[in-house]
Parts: sequence; structure tokens; C-alpha cells
Amino acid sequence: MRVNFTVNGRPQDADDVWEGESLLYVLRERMGLPGSKNACEQGECGSCTVRLDGVPVCSCLVAAGQAEGRDVVTVEGLADFAKQRAEHGGCAAGACGTSLQDAQQWQARGTDSQTGEGTQLAPIQQAFIDAGAVQCGFCTPGLLVAADEMLERTPNPTDADIREALSGNLCRCTGYEKIMDAVRLAAARQGEAV
Amino acid sequence: MPSNAPLGTPTKVTQGSPTKGGIGESTLRPDGTLKVTGEFAYSSDMWHEDMLWGQILRSTVAHAEIVSIDTVEALKTPGVYAVMTYDDLPTDVKNYGLEIRDTPVLAHGKVRHHGEPVAIVAADHPETARRAAAKIKVEYRELPVITDESSATAPDAILIHEGRDDHHIGHVPHPNIVHRQPIVRGDVASARERADFIVKGEYTFGMQDQAFLGPESGLAVPAEDGGVDLYIATQWLHSDLKQIAPVLGLPEDKVRMTLSGVGGAFGGREDLSMQIHACLLALRTGKPVKIVYNRFESFFGHVHRHPAKLYYEHGATKDGKLTHLKARIVLDGGAYASASPAVVGNASSLGAGPYVVEDVDIEAIALYTNNPPCGAMRGFGAVQACFAYEAQMDKLADEVGMDRVAFRQLNAMEQGTLMPTGQVVDSPAPVAELLRRVQAMPMPPEQQWLTAGEAADVRQLPGGLSNTTHGEGVVRGVGYAVGIKNVGFSEGFDDYSTAKVRLEVVGGEPVAVVHTAMAEVGQGGVTVHAQIARTELGVTQVTIHPADTQVGSAGSTSASRQTYVTGGAVKNSCELVREKVLELGRRKFGTYHPAWATAELLLEGGKVVTDGGEVLAHLADVLEGETVEIEAEWRHRPTEAFDLHTGQGFGHVQYTFAAHRAVVEVDTELGLVKVIELACAQDVGKALNPLSVVGQIQGGTTQGLGVAVMEEIIVDPKTAKVRNPSFTDYLIPTILDTPTIPVDVLELADDHAPYGLRGIGEAPTLSSTPAVLAAIRNATGLELNRTPVRPEHLTGT
Repeated sequence: MRVNFTVNGRPQDADDVWEGESLLYVLRERMGLPGSKNACEQGECGSCTVRLDGVPVCSCLVAAGQAEGRDVVTVEGLADFAKQRAEHGGCAAGACGTSLQDAQQWQARGTDSQTGEGTQLAPIQQAFIDAGAVQCGFCTPGLLVAADEMLERTPNPTDADIREALSGNLCRCTGYEKIMDAVRLAAARQGEAV
Repeated sequence: MPSNAPLGTPTKVTQGSPTKGGIGESTLRPDGTLKVTGEFAYSSDMWHEDMLWGQILRSTVAHAEIVSIDTVEALKTPGVYAVMTYDDLPTDVKNYGLEIRDTPVLAHGKVRHHGEPVAIVAADHPETARRAAAKIKVEYRELPVITDESSATAPDAILIHEGRDDHHIGHVPHPNIVHRQPIVRGDVASARERADFIVKGEYTFGMQDQAFLGPESGLAVPAEDGGVDLYIATQWLHSDLKQIAPVLGLPEDKVRMTLSGVGGAFGGREDLSMQIHACLLALRTGKPVKIVYNRFESFFGHVHRHPAKLYYEHGATKDGKLTHLKARIVLDGGAYASASPAVVGNASSLGAGPYVVEDVDIEAIALYTNNPPCGAMRGFGAVQACFAYEAQMDKLADEVGMDRVAFRQLNAMEQGTLMPTGQVVDSPAPVAELLRRVQAMPMPPEQQWLTAGEAADVRQLPGGLSNTTHGEGVVRGVGYAVGIKNVGFSEGFDDYSTAKVRLEVVGGEPVAVVHTAMAEVGQGGVTVHAQIARTELGVTQVTIHPADTQVGSAGSTSASRQTYVTGGAVKNSCELVREKVLELGRRKFGTYHPAWATAELLLEGGKVVTDGGEVLAHLADVLEGETVEIEAEWRHRPTEAFDLHTGQGFGHVQYTFAAHRAVVEVDTELGLVKVIELACAQDVGKALNPLSVVGQIQGGTTQGLGVAVMEEIIVDPKTAKVRNPSFTDYLIPTILDTPTIPVDVLELADDHAPYGLRGIGEAPTLSSTPAVLAAIRNATGLELNRTPVRPEHLTGT
């Protein structure tokens, strides 16, 4: 079958999709977006977390056909997504969440960087680097999408809020302490910027 | 990058830094940006035009003769390019293995554990490959399963491996025992007479999985010269290469391996998984072949931590001094040897823990059984022993009537102590101090679930959002533990590493290029290599070349060894480059300033300077278009094998120590545990990157927590089949299960090691588990001689 949906602000389509293929598979293997990860492919680890019409989901549990006509944000588009949210007021204006209309109006920029130097990052991405929250990095994309969405809803989270929001994302390397630090850091920077 | 390279081929990572960024600073990861943007290419992200997908068919039974394999239907499936079994292997070399080559690439006549590879398929879609594999008909004639010591060593036991000819067979009491290592010192019988108290215990350690998140995966690309290019996630490229090439019938230089992004390892990538299978299918079909395990398969696709039975007897005098230790450690190695012999060496030689005990009689063995193969996992034999000896220390302290920490401190080893192997501990061993530090940390507040005037915050309670208690029946407990781990490969192994370092001028700026085959698995070796190069060569800009087999071996990313050994190799090669650069400088500019001949010269800030800080020349002027490059091997001091009868010998390179204090809250009615805090103090010798050091300690601590309260691969004792191969059924700690982990880092230099550093990755995984168990015992008053602890162990239901 053919599926059409918007990924990081760009209309995309894929042909010859087998009905059983997950959104994760189509993103990774058909659209050249392997940033969303495949740690368990059964909805337990959160490494494949993307936003589907703004809602964080495990893309391994979404059939590709279910994404038809909808709007997907992956880690590859997170920096631009966060930038445009900031420009539109985001949560700071009290309008938590991203409306579908807003989501459809933005577009990710291309990057040809091979090393990532000079790449513009979302605040949560920069915080993960600065706090040492990245080791092997396999859980990182999913955690970033989940944490970014949490901070959009809850700009000043308590530690218990952070733990609850990220409890669907497994990390095996860090013991989560530096992930907590990173989210606190991003929240604090977000607060300062207001 | 050549234009035909597959998508996801690693490129050089260049990291500039506005600061000096040398050792001791918390510089940030050079791969950090790629990892947060999703651009970092893991082995499962590789993609190539025209590539096929490989799939492995695995045995559905644990022990059976293979009567027949019928691949006809599978081959007929549209989209299938190849189906291969044992009969299709191209050479006489049909087995592989880290030390003993006892593991069949594809099963031959027999399967020895549940999930053993039997056939492989290549197809144009992963689902096609899966469905075709399911159409292969394998007829098994089942054999009785061997699952424990008594069934393995029974007089009529079936031999797991007939006709063993490995170098351990001569000294094991039964062919179903992989290796046996006794450690005997002093006179236990007479020391036992002096004991006022004797404590015996039997302990059980469950089978833990590494549960790295990046599944086993890789891409094999057939090359025009008949060779193959393999992009792979592993812990040791050259060890893989030595095992892969003979099976393919290729010389090693025709199997070109490049390290792809590795999503964690923790020991589980020391053994081969899909490497040979992908190469075989690629060479057979002439097309690139990608294999990616799913999580279910990953549980079958790598070795686990050895489950163990440990029998301990300690004695103590009434003033609290240890008199003797008798210990027997039985490790279940499963169907294939993997790293079992070395795990036996560790469990036995470290079996007494970080304590002074002069009269010891320790024996460790690893069994061959039909259980899943076990091998390397973070802590490697020392973890199981620590669980037992720390439980013993608490029991002994209680018998003697001493405080549990004070009892440990009274018996703690220190620099100069003799190990049970007769080896002198010849660098700092601050065991008592680590315990003091971890005890001195402030305690977490009581009843943190109480919110101001409102209902309890159940997220802070055992049972969490299941809302099973609001504090009723919840009891707090505190426990302590300390452990000892070796660093590096032991027992006489030639544990070297290689580094190629080049200094050149690019755009007027000096740049150091560091090329090693070190597997970066997340630990931050790439960060540290750049720091070492900055410190030694005085440059800001360091390029880390992708790890591959075009440079000499770096050894394994395991045994807490890479910063010590490959870090040592990078330092050494940098020093050799520096000498050459200074020679060049002396030739060009020596006549202009007497300091070139007389002063101690350093490279700092891109310049040649005297130790007094006077600038003699810019590196750019010294090099002037020339590049200086050195590739050199580096070795730590040699070790020696343990005597096969007494276990005596200078077996270990370095020792490393960590201590934990666990604070838990237990819902005693439901048997639910919440770990409130896990404080750790560790001596790291020298923290090359403090941020990464703390990250390693917290991560290792959490894996120890996992095996204390949740993680266990359940193997059915009747069938030897794995019952929980998924993240739904094998639970690893989430962010809700994990407490705050305050860390106190001590830096007492080891003069034998580069910069005085100590390997750090594993020690925190040892003491974390027994500390949590001690805290649960403290809360419940139960004996709890097995780990992990499950609710039924606490409620007796």
C-alpha cells in the first residue's frame, strides 16, 4: 500500500508498504530517518517515541497505515519544532501543547553536517549534552521527544513529575541521574528565558 | 568517505574546544551532538542500496539431536535469496569462541540450548525472511536436559561436549565442568580452631541480562576482491575478526571491520552474535546483508551473567577479626564456554572480598549445562562473590556484636595486604575510608511521600502509581556493602592496546588525529582520548578516527580496562609524536634559542614552550606541511597465571574498590520494595573526565540495583527453556525504580597506571546489589539468601 503523512513538517510518502509495517519501520527503513530507535519493538522501552499529531507515542506500536494523513515529529525535527514553538509563544504564553495547525505550519531545515558541529539544537538536546545524560545514546532520541513534550505541558516540573513522565523510557547506561539533571537544566533555562 | 560506502558509515569526528580540554576536565562527548539529533549511526541504522535482510532460525528446544532439516519450502518463498545450514559452511572451521572454539556457527547434529542458531535466511524484506525461516522444518529428537551441578556431574550424565580437547580438560573433575580454580593459602583447619564464631551461608544469584538497548545488528557488504566489509557493534573488533575470518575461509585482511554505533554492551557483545551469519549470507548472495535482532531474539543472541550457587563459611574471633574462609562457588556456564574460564578465575581470586583473611580455601567452577550460555557481564565473576561475602560480613558482625560497618573496617584490606593469591596489593586500597565516606553522607529524609497537608504522593512509595499503600506497613532499612574488582585482562593474558596518533597542520592550526580500534560502546573513551591528546600535544583540535581493523588491536572494551590500556596507548603514542616534533623543532630552530637544547620542552596551546612557559615556536612553524605519525602498541605490566592447584600468582594488573549505602522502604505486607537512595563512594585513582566518571558509577550502581530487586532470566528447570525473553517480562529499572545516587569520588593515584588512574566501570556494579539486599534484610528481618528478591520472598506467600 501507499502511505502519506507529514514528517517534521514535510509531506512524505512511501510505496509498497506491507500492511504489518510499523510507523517506526517506515520512518527508519523507507524514509531515511533512523533517529527513532528500535530497542524493543514492543512498546516497553520508549526508544522509538515520536509525536503523532502532538501526542507522544511508541512508533513501533503504530501501524504505518494509522499515520495516514497525520503529522509526525521525530528527533530529527525536534530542534526546529522547539524553535518554532518558542517563536509562537509555546507554553510560556499559557497555551500548552501544539495545535495541529501550528504543527502543520512548520518545517524542519535540512542539514548537511557530518559531525553535527554548528547544528542548532533544541534546549532539551543541549541540556542532555551539557548534563552528561548521553552515554551510548540509544535511549536518547525517545527520551528527548518525551522530555520535550513534558516540558511543553509542565514547564516547572517536580522531580516526581519528571520521573512519572519519563517512566516509559528505559535507559541502561546512565542510572537516570544525569537525565534528571538534564531535564531540570532545560526547565531552568526555559524559565530564565521567559 | 568513498561514494559507495553504505549509509551510516562512521565518519571522522572532529572536536575543537575553546578551552584547554585536557585530562581532569569534564569535557563533553564529541559524539554528543550526533546522538541528540538522531544522526549518530548505530549498527542497526546501516543501509545499503539493494541490501537484503538476514534472519536466524533458532532451536525451539534446549537439548536434542537434529534428525533432519528441510529448507525446500523456505527456499521457494518469493523474495528469498538464500537459506543456509551447517552443510553450507564453506570451510572446515565451523565453530567459534572467545577462548575455546566450542560454539557452532550453525547447529551440527545437535542443539545444546534453547535458541541455538540452526539455519539462516536472506530475503528482500525482514518479514519475508522471518516467514521463510518459519517454514524451515527441523525435526528434533529430544535429549534429557542438564540444568545444574548434580545433573551435570552425575555418573551417567550426558556430556554436553563429547571429546573435549581444550586446555582445561586435564584439570577438571568432570567433562561437564569447563574450568576449576582453587585458591588455597594458609591452614584453614587450624585457623578454624581459633574462631569464636563461625557463620555459614548458601547463596543463590540469578541469571542477569546485559539488556543493552541497541540490538545486535550489522551490515555485511561483499567486496569485489572476494572479501567482505562488515559494519558492526562489538566490544572488540580484532577478537571478532580472528573468529570470523577462518569460518569464511578468508585471510584477515579481506574481512575489513568498521565499528558502527554501539548501543551499550556491558559484556554482552564480547561474544559473536550475527557477525558470521551476515557475512556468510552476503558472500553467498553477492548482496549486502543486514541483520537486526529484535528484543526477543536478543535475549537468545548473547550470553548472560552466570547464575551462581555460593557456599561460604567464615570464622571470626570475639574481638572481630576474621580467622578463615572456606568458599565454593558454582557458576552455571550454560551450553558453551564463552568467557567462563576467566569468570572462574575472577570469582575465585576475588572471592574473599576486600578483607584481610590469611587462611582461605576457595574453589570456583563453571558448569556446562543446557541452560543459556553465560559469559561476560559487567563485574565478571566478582559480582556473584560480592553478593555472598557481603551477606556473610553482616551475619558475622551480628554474631560478634559489632556495628556492621565497623566490623568491615576492622577487617578491611589496605595497601600492602596480601590477596589470597599471594599477590601484594601494591597501590592504595582505601576500603575503610570508602565505607567511612559513604556512611558519612547525609541520610535522605524520612517519609518523603508526605505532602503538605494533602494525601500521600504515591509516586514516592513502594508500589508507586499502583496506589497500593499510603505509608501503612512501610518500613525503612539501611544496608552497606563494599567490593573489590580487578582491572584489565588477568592471568598472564597479553593485554595490549594500539594507538595511531598523527599531528598535522590544517588551515594553519595544529590538529591531532587519534586512530584506535577501541570500541566506543557509550563509556566515553572517545572523549577521554581527545583529552589525552590535548594534554600531551597541546592542541585544541582533536579528530577521533572511526574505529576499524586498519589499525592494531585495542583489546576489549571490558574489564574496566579501556581508559587504562587504550588510554595508555594513546598517551604513549602522543609522547612518541611529541618527541619527534621536538626533534624536528631542534633541527629547524635549535640554533635560535639555547632552551631547545637545555630546557624541558612541552607542547602547550599549539606552541613549543619551555617548562618555564617561554614560547619557542608555533607548532605550525615546526611542522610546516609535514605530518608526524606514530602507531605503537602499549602494555601494562605483565600478570601471571594462577597455579592450578593453589591459585597462587600475580594474577591481576590492578584492583578497584567501591562502597555503597542503600536506603530502602519496604511495604512489608505486599513485599514491594522502593529503593530511596543508593549512595556510592569509589576510588578512581584519577578522574580523567569527572562527569563521565560519575555517569559510569551511577549506571553501574543501577545495574546492581536491577539484579537486587527485579532482573532475572527465568529458565524452566524441567525444559531449560527461557520463559521471559522480553522487556515485558524481564524488567530493568525505569526512572521510577531508580533512586537518587549521590557519588563521592576519591582520587588516590596508582603509580603503576597512566596518570594514576583506576578502571572504574565495574566496581559500582558489585557492591550495589548486596547493599540493597542488606537494607531489605534490615527492614524486614528476613535472611534473604538469593537475588533478585521478589515480593513472595518478603511475604512468604
